[in-house]
Amino acid sequence: MSFFGFGQSAEIDIVLNDAETKKKVEHKTEDGKKDKYFLFYDGETVSGKVNVTLKNPGKRFEHQGIKIEFIGQIELYYDRGNHHEFVSLVKDLARPGELTQSQTFDFEFTHVEKPYESYTGQNVKLRYFLRATISRRLNDITKEMDIVVHTLSTYPELNSSIKMEVGIEDCLHIEFEYNKSKYHLKDVIVGKIYFLLVRIKIKHMEIDIIKRETTGTGPNVYHENDTIAKYEIMDGAPVRGESIPIRLFLAGYEMTPTMRDINKKFSVRYYLNLVLIDEEERRYFKQQEITLWRKGDIVRKSMSHQAAIASQRFEGSATAEKALAQAKEDSN
Amino acid sequence: MSEPTVADTRRLNSKPQDLTDAYGPPSNFLEIDVYDPQTIGVGRNRYTTYEVRMRTNLPIFKLKESCVRRRYSDFEWLKNELERDSKIVVPPLPGKALKRQLPFRGDEGIFEESFIEERRGGLEQFINRIAGHPLAQNERCLHMFLQEESIDRNYIPGKVRQ
Repeated sequence: MSFFGFGQSAEIDIVLNDAETKKKVEHKTEDGKKDKYFLFYDGETVSGKVNVTLKNPGKRFEHQGIKIEFIGQIELYYDRGNHHEFVSLVKDLARPGELTQSQTFDFEFTHVEKPYESYTGQNVKLRYFLRATISRRLNDITKEMDIVVHTLSTYPELNSSIKMEVGIEDCLHIEFEYNKSKYHLKDVIVGKIYFLLVRIKIKHMEIDIIKRETTGTGPNVYHENDTIAKYEIMDGAPVRGESIPIRLFLAGYEMTPTMRDINKKFSVRYYLNLVLIDEEERRYFKQQEITLWRKGDIVRKSMSHQAAIASQRFEGSATAEKALAQAKEDSN
Repeated sequence: MSEPTVADTRRLNSKPQDLTDAYGPPSNFLEIDVYDPQTIGVGRNRYTTYEVRMRTNLPIFKLKESCVRRRYSDFEWLKNELERDSKIVVPPLPGKALKRQLPFRGDEGIFEESFIEERRGGLEQFINRIAGHPLAQNERCLHMFLQEESIDRNYIPGKVRQ
């Protein structure tokens, strides 16, 4: 807020050091729009400059201190007053005093822990941001800059298939199988449905991916279900002994990794829902949870410019380094 | 030099289907016809009955073919029994047509040919939807309705087991 003609005012903005080369990713905002933000990983250093620009150069600008904070917080939409901060770092840039000209301050948050992935959902938001503040007597001047954090994983050691026989006694028996229980975001679900007994008139069968966001604890638990995908795998009536294949490419759908009990505040889980529909529009279904994880990008072995930057990017993060090494191994 | 990993999308192994299963008759055959409306009685005690013929190969039904005569109130009885005892959402019956039963109508009221035909179609749709429901197939009332000569309203409700 500036007082017209009265005294001095200033603008504040934040610029990251590697803004030119740093990768940006798209992330949904609360009102559904998509914006691009700088991408960071766990353990990466966050450094840059805070520019304080005086509106009237030459005139004195008094302030009660200039600082920059790096914050990671969880916001529950139904409880906006309370932000749950799980990362909170602060760097003082200037002690209370005055500025006579515009000034730039360097800052560095070294090897910052970013334990969770950025998430914008139906009832909850997890975000990371830098906030630069000029404290003043009447009103502070602040500027926020959101960043996006991705959490990477490696190929899980144990990844058993899901195989089960289900049905309605004497009416419908099927055996379904999915090749894995843990899939990365660009993976393919390969499976099959085997019909052991069919005494109802089936019209078609589909597989749905359902995302369930759970917020709250104890008696106040909210579940938000969202059907991310519907994929028809069979059209027509099967008979005993038929096998229907499933091949569902996940890369085409907007999904996040599975998030379990994040900071004891919320969870995001994914389910495969196998649905059979009969000629009277009756639905028979079987839901099965799958774990989704995010794979690090593959890096070329030759030490190109990109590889040099990428390996710098993962500096200091044990998990991310392991993910890179694993990805390199797998691609050989 | 590394290339992006190609996803393994090969089908999972499955047993080849037996040809007798592949070309055999489907085991879900169930057809119920509601037809041949007959108006019985005279004057104010008239009522209409319909023939309900069922053909099926589902093992839960004792008779593979059956033929009975039922009237509208029998269908209402079946609907009430199922609403009380089974967990299914019972589909609606065609209307009761109380207005048609009032005196001083210009037409035949509930014995009007077009009305009977409309009702016959609605009853056929109703019984087919119910009989195909796996949860309704367990109910004694449904089996009695479809396959016994007359409905014993003092029967003991319960479930049918194969």
